[in-house]
Amino acid sequence: MELKGWREIPIGGLIIDAGNSVNYETGSWRSLRPVIDMERCSHCMICWIYCPDSSILVENEKVIGIDLAHCKGCGICERECPRKAVSMVEETLVEEGV
Amino acid sequence: MAKVMGKPVALNGDRAVAEAMRQMNPDVVAAYPITPQTEIVMRFSEFVANGEVDTEFIPVESEHAAMSACVGACAAGGRAQTATSGAGLAFMWEVLWVASGTRLPIVMHMVNRSFSAPLNILCDHSDSMGARDAGWVQLYDETVQEAYDNAIQSVRIAEHPDVMLPTLHALDGFILGHNLERLELLPDEAVKQFIGTYKPMYSLLDLDRPVTYGPMDYHDYFFEHKRQQVAAMERALEVVPLIGEEYGRLTGRYYGLMEGYRLEDAELATVVLGSTVGTTRVVVDELRDQGVKAGLLKIRCFRPFPAAMVAEALGDKKAIAVLDRSLSFGGQGNPLFFEVCTALFSHGFSPKVVNYVYGLGGRDTVPAQIRQVYHELIKIDREGVTGPTLRYLGVRE
Repeated sequence: MELKGWREIPIGGLIIDAGNSVNYETGSWRSLRPVIDMERCSHCMICWIYCPDSSILVENEKVIGIDLAHCKGCGICERECPRKAVSMVEETLVEEGV
Repeated sequence: MAKVMGKPVALNGDRAVAEAMRQMNPDVVAAYPITPQTEIVMRFSEFVANGEVDTEFIPVESEHAAMSACVGACAAGGRAQTATSGAGLAFMWEVLWVASGTRLPIVMHMVNRSFSAPLNILCDHSDSMGARDAGWVQLYDETVQEAYDNAIQSVRIAEHPDVMLPTLHALDGFILGHNLERLELLPDEAVKQFIGTYKPMYSLLDLDRPVTYGPMDYHDYFFEHKRQQVAAMERALEVVPLIGEEYGRLTGRYYGLMEGYRLEDAELATVVLGSTVGTTRVVVDELRDQGVKAGLLKIRCFRPFPAAMVAEALGDKKAIAVLDRSLSFGGQGNPLFFEVCTALFSHGFSPKVVNYVYGLGGRDTVPAQIRQVYHELIKIDREGVTGPTLRYLGVRE
């Protein structure tokens, strides 16, 4: 996202566009990445309910993956999943393709 | 606006400010009692109880809460005011920055009181000078009339779309706060018209245009928001005299950023703010009668500091004394001195300048002391600065 100069932004740190948190990518904060084992997932939506960053991607009432641009890697999905379908993997290992 | 007739009354500074607040009828006043400010909110709470204002008066549990309530009220689109002194301002500290950083045009009536310890309730400027970096516009009152006038103008300055900064005006505790002076009050209607209705750019309660106040702001944008505050202060340099001019047309009392008194052809000048300006005027007149070319520069607006004007007014003087009623321990001078010296130096002037600290903890500053300052300036003009640059007026050795 291109950063703006001081003349171009609202004063006082105000956010005047509703819903603009989508534009603020927090995925880079993550050190652990949630990986879903689709064979174990029952699409119960518990992870979708608990995810504090609305990062569980759902299509046609099925979990299809994680929004990695916004997931901070908090691990709540792993902890709450009743079928132990989510595991948290070190980002460095993912990057190295392990 | 045509000039209106004021009503002459005798009031102390606190009561005069309370009258101004009654006439301004803010949406919210949140305050906590502290000497020597107490009489302002005590009187104002009577106006609330009597139904003379329709202000939501919040008797909070602390000054931290007072300023926080003002922040909330102002973010919600209301006109919010408070009053405090000394330790009360210190207890607001954190929230002073929240108010300015969030660009909320809160108005504070500040009755100067020294900081403890040792415990002292009397006047000096440690409190408001301590808050000089908080991002608030700061005006200083010379008289009770000015306390009333600046209280009213503060609202217009703070809410000006080019400014949008919290604004305080400071009156010397007890000296102005508790002493009776003659002043003129405007008719209620004239004050109402002068301040108009506050139309906030954004409001927390505007459901059609929802906004977020006070989000996290990191390395990527925080600096830009601070830069905006600097620009707003620079624009306040234009706005403060503009409002002062408009107020002058209404009252006959015109206000600028500063005021020279017998300064133009003066060779020896003092720079003063607050009630001691009045004492200094008397001494200047006396010295002029004796043929001494004495002058005075009164600073009304300390934040933003009118550096270019100050430099122009003082650049040609032979010797200058800057009077500070607060201390910056271990510094090379004190707040007003720093400003004056930097203004002179950065505009290519280097006259002889010394700094006097006076009146700490309510120590009386009498004409004899100001006379002493001018006599030392005469010596400095002749012999150069021979003693220390930092001097103390009226302290026992």
